[in-house]
Amino acid sequence: MESTDLAAVWLTLKLATVVTTLLLVVGTPIAWWLARTRSPFKGMVGAIVALPLVLPPTVLGFYMLLTMGPHGPLGQLTQALGLGLLPFTFPGLVIASVFYSLPFVVQPIQNAFEAIGERPLEVAATLRASPWDAFWSVAVPLARPGFLSGAILGFAHTVGEFGIVLMIGGNIPEKTRVVSVQIYDHVEALEYTQAHWLAGGMVLFSFVVLLGLYTFNPARRKAL
Amino acid sequence: MKNALFFGLTVAIATLSHADEVQVAVAANFTAPMQQIAAQFEKDTGHKAVLAFGATGKFYAQIVNGAPFEILLAADDETPARLEKEALGLAGSRFTYAIGKLVLWSTDPALVDAKGDVLKSGQFKHLALANPKTAPYGSAAIEAMTKLGLLSNLQPRFVQGENISQTQQFVTTGNAELGFVALSQVLKDGKVSSGSAWIVPANLYEPIRQDAVLLAKGHNKAAAGALLAYLKGDKAKAVIRSFGYELP
Repeated sequence: MESTDLAAVWLTLKLATVVTTLLLVVGTPIAWWLARTRSPFKGMVGAIVALPLVLPPTVLGFYMLLTMGPHGPLGQLTQALGLGLLPFTFPGLVIASVFYSLPFVVQPIQNAFEAIGERPLEVAATLRASPWDAFWSVAVPLARPGFLSGAILGFAHTVGEFGIVLMIGGNIPEKTRVVSVQIYDHVEALEYTQAHWLAGGMVLFSFVVLLGLYTFNPARRKAL
Repeated sequence: MKNALFFGLTVAIATLSHADEVQVAVAANFTAPMQQIAAQFEKDTGHKAVLAFGATGKFYAQIVNGAPFEILLAADDETPARLEKEALGLAGSRFTYAIGKLVLWSTDPALVDAKGDVLKSGQFKHLALANPKTAPYGSAAIEAMTKLGLLSNLQPRFVQGENISQTQQFVTTGNAELGFVALSQVLKDGKVSSGSAWIVPANLYEPIRQDAVLLAKGHNKAAAGALLAYLKGDKAKAVIRSFGYELP
């Protein structure tokens, strides 16, 4: 493998790790709210979270390029804050990926929270646990399989991201050139040997991840 | 359901066997002129040219793997030659339909000066160019920056488009302040239509000879032969020139 390939692999793992961590932080409260709320907005929020499941990455990439650009609302905000523009940067990819992989993390966790039901939390309340305490010592441990599924799926899905990165990444080594883009480049340049190394690696990686998910986490089927 | 499927198949087969269609793979930089030429071609001959636009390198890989294209209008002269050598292009059918020109372009009317000195002053964060590995306009840009002795200075600011259209899109959306694109993309009625531009002098890069080739799948197809002949005619040449290309 060439050094540029290794750099792409390293960058991809870094991106997926950062994105998964952020997704657990952002996704958990959303999942909790969606699982417990009786608000009329539940359907709408759920639908927005699920949008990346059905939208083509080109749609997301196109709108992100515009909103993050110098004339877009997000672009003007980041410029006003002195952060510059997000496209062609690693933080830009992180934000795009968080949005893109959100349903893969939120939905398993939400389902796991829903599966707990009211009773364990009511029991905790009668034992004078605060809602905060009950969340951490009852809900989260019971929803562990959901968290595991969410984290694994979010990580794997970020590793497999391509369309959005192609549209807002700019193919910069060590910043935005992830494995999927590197494979595309190799194929276009007819460097099939290098393409095989990376593409075969991706197949193996994805299979192992899913195998682990299905074998060691039987609650998954219930949680997703 | 079965009937609908049968109907769909019949329509598909009828469409496929329509003799007056020609499938053309067109280099992204030639998009606008080719759309005009194809419309005129259709009016003048009754044949229909079905156009696909993209990177030449990608088209090569697709043709090698059995893509149904009958003509390739490449962004270089190497790819058609290679196809001919591999018997995927018809020997003797190659010719240069346009010679491309490279331009440094920005949507900001004040950014790019008439001598391209902006590359030295460096008042920008991102410089867009097409992927030099697969797009001839990308490698021409690298060549020009190398000759100017600016390559290592500018390299950290590169953002690469997958093809020349995406490169232009990075500049159009303002995400890159400026970029190397094809003159044909920014020329309208013989003038750079918006922003500011520096037409890179021809001595800074090898001429971008864009060759056409008749592919094996277009052999003996009337519409394919007619389109190649049409490209050599005066009407097509006038369109090609109006987009800033030179002719051999």
